[in-house]
Amino acid sequence: MNNPQLNKHGELQHLLSTEGLSAAIMLGILERTASFVNVAAGSEIKKVPLLHGKSVFNLFFESSTRTRTTFEIAAKRLSADVVNLNIGSSSTSKGETLLDTVDNLCAMHADMFVVRHSSSGAAHLIAQHVAPEVHVINAGDGRHAHPTQALLDMFTIRHYKKEFHNLRVAIVGDILHSRVARSQIHALTTLGVPEVRVVAPKTLLPAMVENLGVHVYHDMAQGLRDVDVVLMLRLQHERMQGAALPSAQEYFKYYGLTEEKLAYAKPDAIVMHPGPMNRGIEIDSSIADGAHSVILSQVTFGSAVRMAVMSMLAGAA
Amino acid sequence: MNIHIKNGRLIDPKNSIDAVRDVFIAAGKIAAIGVAPEGFVADRVIDATGLVVAPGLIDLAARLREPGYEYQATLESEMDAAVAGGITSLACPPETEPPLDEPGLVEMLKHRARNLNQAHVYPVAALTSALKGQELTEMAELADAGCVAFSQADAPLTDTRVLMRAMQYAATFGFSVWLRPQDSFLAKNGVAHDGEVATRCGLPAIPVCAETIALSTMLMLARETGVKLHICRISSAAGVELIRAARQQGLAVTCDVSMNHVHLSEMDIGFFDPNCHLVPPLRSLRDCAALRAGLLDGTIDAICSNHAPVDEDAKQLPFAEAEAGATGLELLLPLVLKWSELDHLQLSDALHKVTLQPARILGLDAGHLSVGAAADVCVFNLDTYWKIEPGALKSQGKNTPFNGFEVQGKVHYTLVDGQVVYQG
Repeated sequence: MNNPQLNKHGELQHLLSTEGLSAAIMLGILERTASFVNVAAGSEIKKVPLLHGKSVFNLFFESSTRTRTTFEIAAKRLSADVVNLNIGSSSTSKGETLLDTVDNLCAMHADMFVVRHSSSGAAHLIAQHVAPEVHVINAGDGRHAHPTQALLDMFTIRHYKKEFHNLRVAIVGDILHSRVARSQIHALTTLGVPEVRVVAPKTLLPAMVENLGVHVYHDMAQGLRDVDVVLMLRLQHERMQGAALPSAQEYFKYYGLTEEKLAYAKPDAIVMHPGPMNRGIEIDSSIADGAHSVILSQVTFGSAVRMAVMSMLAGAA
Repeated sequence: MNIHIKNGRLIDPKNSIDAVRDVFIAAGKIAAIGVAPEGFVADRVIDATGLVVAPGLIDLAARLREPGYEYQATLESEMDAAVAGGITSLACPPETEPPLDEPGLVEMLKHRARNLNQAHVYPVAALTSALKGQELTEMAELADAGCVAFSQADAPLTDTRVLMRAMQYAATFGFSVWLRPQDSFLAKNGVAHDGEVATRCGLPAIPVCAETIALSTMLMLARETGVKLHICRISSAAGVELIRAARQQGLAVTCDVSMNHVHLSEMDIGFFDPNCHLVPPLRSLRDCAALRAGLLDGTIDAICSNHAPVDEDAKQLPFAEAEAGATGLELLLPLVLKWSELDHLQLSDALHKVTLQPARILGLDAGHLSVGAAADVCVFNLDTYWKIEPGALKSQGKNTPFNGFEVQGKVHYTLVDGQVVYQG
């Protein structure tokens, strides 16, 4: 089966998932990200003209302020024209199908779509549908993938830990419903992290998750023991209604990241979170704001990663 | 009209014939096999040299989409597709709009089908009113109107007392109850097998226990009530094992599998192919192997097309939102032949699963070419290889996970009641 993310020369055509990307492509994105960190940090160069004259459509079928904003900033720093569409509140509610919407925007000469959708596979569907000169970036589809988040996490890990091949990484929380977790797992295993763990109660783990190349833990003391990186996940409130968990309080007591639990990790462990955080549910404020936390660095690197991906897709040098 | 089908390779599983034999048809029935009856003068001679002459196929699950879903398919389009696929009888499930839950609807469907003068249509009526799982339908009246069995289709029946009562009432009259086992709580929102692929793709999943729990309940209630139970579209290894065990304990339960599940697994979902969004979900390779083993040892009696034409708009959506189902009428024969080749079966044993066995489940004297039987015949070329191209299908549904597959077996003639209703 053809990899729908690559063109016939093996170059990145769309960014849909970290699964199926080679380590070389991922490292290429991270290298390019490094070169954009300065632009993103707003040093003397505010803008680069790499996407000058290109139109980037932020197609958000599911609301998100943070991710949409970082994509918007990234596109603008690359000098692209950016159009934001919150489709949840317009076309599809009037009966237009997803692909109708895409066709209409293609007719307006879109060069790139940044897509967020509540259904797994939505970005793949759009990528299969558009003309070959149009690029699709998956900004989160259902429970499936959120590749730019995972890539910025990889950039952050490399920034603090330098290498991947000697790390022990734990992903903690609602793996079952998390597109971030899936994308992190594929990225970490591809980049050569020798031990990736998931820590969660059984109700928040998908079937056969160990086949993704992770070790499964149900206990934080064991799961965090001697890890270098702790990747926390957001817990959605609706998990309580679906009988996946009894209460947020009990979850925090057994799976929330506190000083006490973090003490099991290596002394120089870093703590990450994709945001937005639920303080006191999956993470204690003292950790979120503490010395181990690199959560704000993740946010800073977020737009640089997205600049890297967009410029790579556009074929700009 | 007298028809002489000559020089064909006659395969009739019931009569254990697999040999070159001429078939003589008169007054819509098989008049003789091998030697012409005295005084027989053919009005038409069909030269079947190099072709297989078999009983017409009988499909246990073909949605014709009428009434209610004519935008997806019509009786005309799907009956054309059926005979083009060599199918001469089909059972249609009650999931129409409104559902087939009252005699008037059934009579109308039968009347419409009869006027088209193609395949025989056997409606399966709703087991409960509007398929809501609460009140029983007028089963005896529906049977009088021409229904052959009662089914809950894919609608949930969560109240086990209603299920037990429905079985008891059906058993009173000797009616068959056809059920697809699925616990609706465990399957809620699920669109794919709870396994490796759903985990990778992040698709809401349906665990195997959704099938086995419902199946166990059905088998126990069948034992309790003595109803004739037919299990539709089994999908898992564990499900096959439950049926095998129930049979060994003497329960007269029958069972079918969809042709999709004989050939495909969750792996075929690939990058979210909505054509692989099926009900029940495609399960693991291990389950697929167990289904094939169940067919071989007779635990699974029949193969159905599980024909479900879906309009293109309803498929051009992300996997979970795309409507479930695949077109199947024209693919049943080639996919049964493909299965026969994969599992090294005698052609006769393979055709058995789509002729005589489904006829038995339907309670029909059909699916064979004995002298005196209705002349429902399928004449096909076993050695024609062709590529499945959705656009070329007669069915209004072009949705198939077998798009691009190379298959063998092309229908040349289909006869229903001694009339040539399709010639390819």
